[in-house]
Amino acid sequence: MKNKILPFSVIIIFGIIFFIFYKGLEDSKIYTPDFYTNKEIPEFNTKEFFSGENMKSSSIFDLDKIYLLNIWSSWCVPCRQEHPFLMSLNTDNKVNIIGMNYKDNLKSGKKFLKELGNPYKEIFIDLDGTIAIEWGAYGVPESFLIYNNEIIKKYIGPLNQQSIDEINLLIK
Amino acid sequence: MIFSLVGYYSLILGLIIGLSLFYFSYKNFNNSNILDTKILSFTFLQLLFVLISFLCLIFSFIFSDFSNETVFNNSHTTKPLFYKISGTWGNHEGSLLLWLLVLTLFIFLFLVKTKNQPIKYKILTLVFQQIIIVGFFLFLIKTSNPFNYIFPIPSEGLGLNPILQDPALAIHPPILYLGYVGSSIIFSSVLAATSLKIISTSWASHIKKWILISWIFLTIGILLGSIWAYYELGWGGFWFWDPVENVSLMPWLALTTLLHCILVLEKKSILTSWVIILSIATFTLSMCGTFLVRSGILNSVHTFANDPERGLFILVFLFILILLSILIFFFFHKDNDRKSYNFFWLSKETSILINNWFMMYFLSVVLIGTIYPIFLDVISSQKISVGPPFYHKLMIPFLIPFLFMMAIGPKLKWIKSQLEDKIYLISFLIISIILAFLVLKNFNQNILINTILISSALYLFFITMRDFFVKKYKNISQNIAHFGFSLLILSILFNNLFASEIITNLKVGETFENSKTKIVFESVDQKTEQNYNAIIANFSISNSNGEEDRFSPELRIYNQPVIATSEADIKTTLMTDKFIVINLVQNQDFFNVRYQVKPFMLWIWLSVILISFGGIVSFLKKRS
Repeated sequence: MKNKILPFSVIIIFGIIFFIFYKGLEDSKIYTPDFYTNKEIPEFNTKEFFSGENMKSSSIFDLDKIYLLNIWSSWCVPCRQEHPFLMSLNTDNKVNIIGMNYKDNLKSGKKFLKELGNPYKEIFIDLDGTIAIEWGAYGVPESFLIYNNEIIKKYIGPLNQQSIDEINLLIK
Repeated sequence: MIFSLVGYYSLILGLIIGLSLFYFSYKNFNNSNILDTKILSFTFLQLLFVLISFLCLIFSFIFSDFSNETVFNNSHTTKPLFYKISGTWGNHEGSLLLWLLVLTLFIFLFLVKTKNQPIKYKILTLVFQQIIIVGFFLFLIKTSNPFNYIFPIPSEGLGLNPILQDPALAIHPPILYLGYVGSSIIFSSVLAATSLKIISTSWASHIKKWILISWIFLTIGILLGSIWAYYELGWGGFWFWDPVENVSLMPWLALTTLLHCILVLEKKSILTSWVIILSIATFTLSMCGTFLVRSGILNSVHTFANDPERGLFILVFLFILILLSILIFFFFHKDNDRKSYNFFWLSKETSILINNWFMMYFLSVVLIGTIYPIFLDVISSQKISVGPPFYHKLMIPFLIPFLFMMAIGPKLKWIKSQLEDKIYLISFLIISIILAFLVLKNFNQNILINTILISSALYLFFITMRDFFVKKYKNISQNIAHFGFSLLILSILFNNLFASEIITNLKVGETFENSKTKIVFESVDQKTEQNYNAIIANFSISNSNGEEDRFSPELRIYNQPVIATSEADIKTTLMTDKFIVINLVQNQDFFNVRYQVKPFMLWIWLSVILISFGGIVSFLKKRS
């Protein structure tokens, strides 16, 4: 009896594997990376942009508030494009815009803000790009909408009027 | 035009011969005093026809015959001749034709070279091999015909993917296939031997040669793929746990285990179940690899064109073979290991058995890491990606006892033994631990696990090193391979632990400087070649000792098809590799510069060569 159970169970196991591969073939394999939405924001230690003081991520993001984390850099041309939209978003004051200064020279970063205005409530620096990696960012610019320490929505590339409208809709 | 015609009909003839061989085998099987000469000559004819077909495809590529769809899709008139030829197997259809060529080549060689084995066994092996061959013929002709016409005839081809235009990659597929497909002969012969119940010590020493051939080619094939990834893909690594790499590693693990089992079987006539299952597993895993790569079920750098029909064909074929082998195994094989033989705990066979289990563990880690994402996707539509941390965390701790067993195992005798020379075994252990600790003293991360890991690898290193100088110890091939393996693990460990990396954005004329390194971006040149245009960036990099190196990484824009690639500039020296790669930051005059210093890179390649050299020595060794 025992001798018969083993072959049968082996065949059944392979049958299941066959079935799963077969189903797997049917699915389309055009892969889009998972957007890191509804995911807890990472914790990190960093420095404040203007003062250079050490700061913790927990001191930046409060619960019950909506934040827009914007990754920017003075050397990034699309950041220049999206800057006016950030300025306009700032005037409504419903959302706190946080800046992550990405792999930048502090001096030219400050010049950049002087030139174009500062929409950020707070800015911290990510000199070597490691914090951006923890956030799952692909590059600059990129923005994350955050509520209750969770990422609600992620915008890759420069913000435009459409995404600003969407943000306004989401934060109402 | 004429080549496509000849090639196609050669394939059809090859298929017909394959079918007729079943008939001759059946006739000869019942009357098996001598091997029917028809069988031998028909097998040769089949090989000849596949070879003609393959040569036709090569000629179509050389003469840029764009009436052939495969050539049109994968070649271009401006390609250098070398890459026109290598383009033959750089695509799905051509590489399958190569599979077929190797399949028929191996069975022919098998029939010619096998002596002193029952005729029935030879015929049955041929039958099983022909099942595989006919399956591949049908697959090729039905779903992936390499000789499809296009009309009207295009005047120019689409070109070969530039990342495939690399010398290492040009020979990587043929070598790897010799290993992959070579395992088919092991599969066929083990099924034949199981059905006829002739698995014995003499069978083991006969099949050992074939296992060694596959193993050597598979090892070298994987090495070439790895070298290609390191030099061409510009990621700065040599192994990425990419599904397709895993797919080649799995048969290798199974084959390596099989090689050790067959050594035991040759001496002691035990572990027969291991040998049978591993032989089946090796070929099945190779086939499974083909399925995973060709069906488009995976996402990977290697994925060929996505075609579910092909996937379905291989899947069904694969499971027919699995079913067949399961039935033969359970129906014919009676395991009598346990009755007649007791393992003594301190013996060579026990240590091999223990390491077999470790190998099976590594194999299952790789297997699960590769196919679990597919399962999860099908069952629950969740997408996960399994990366290096998974493999590292699950494998590295188990490497430690594995390495110790590798060091001590060969010292033991068959059947029953006492450990001799305890003093030197222990003193080497102490030396290894102290050395590992000294190396890692200034290194503050994970010092405990790294010390143990490095000391276990050093231990194997010293023990095998010592054995080269001890005369009474005669298994030189095993010693070379194990020594190579210890060197491999050491190189990988040091490579990981002591590598350093700088990533920065630079404009022409700018300088990056930190305490150890100074990178000066001096100038940019342009270059035009037959098949690409390149931007060459010139860097001069100096370290704290004042040594200065000049680097010129390239950005290449290939013309057919238009693809941009980054060519890393790598300075290889005996002890370290310096690796620099640039990328264009979009719409910027900056270049993204990545500079890495990687110690012991060369030793990784050398140690794998040493491992396969051990196999070659064993293959060439005359039986005493």
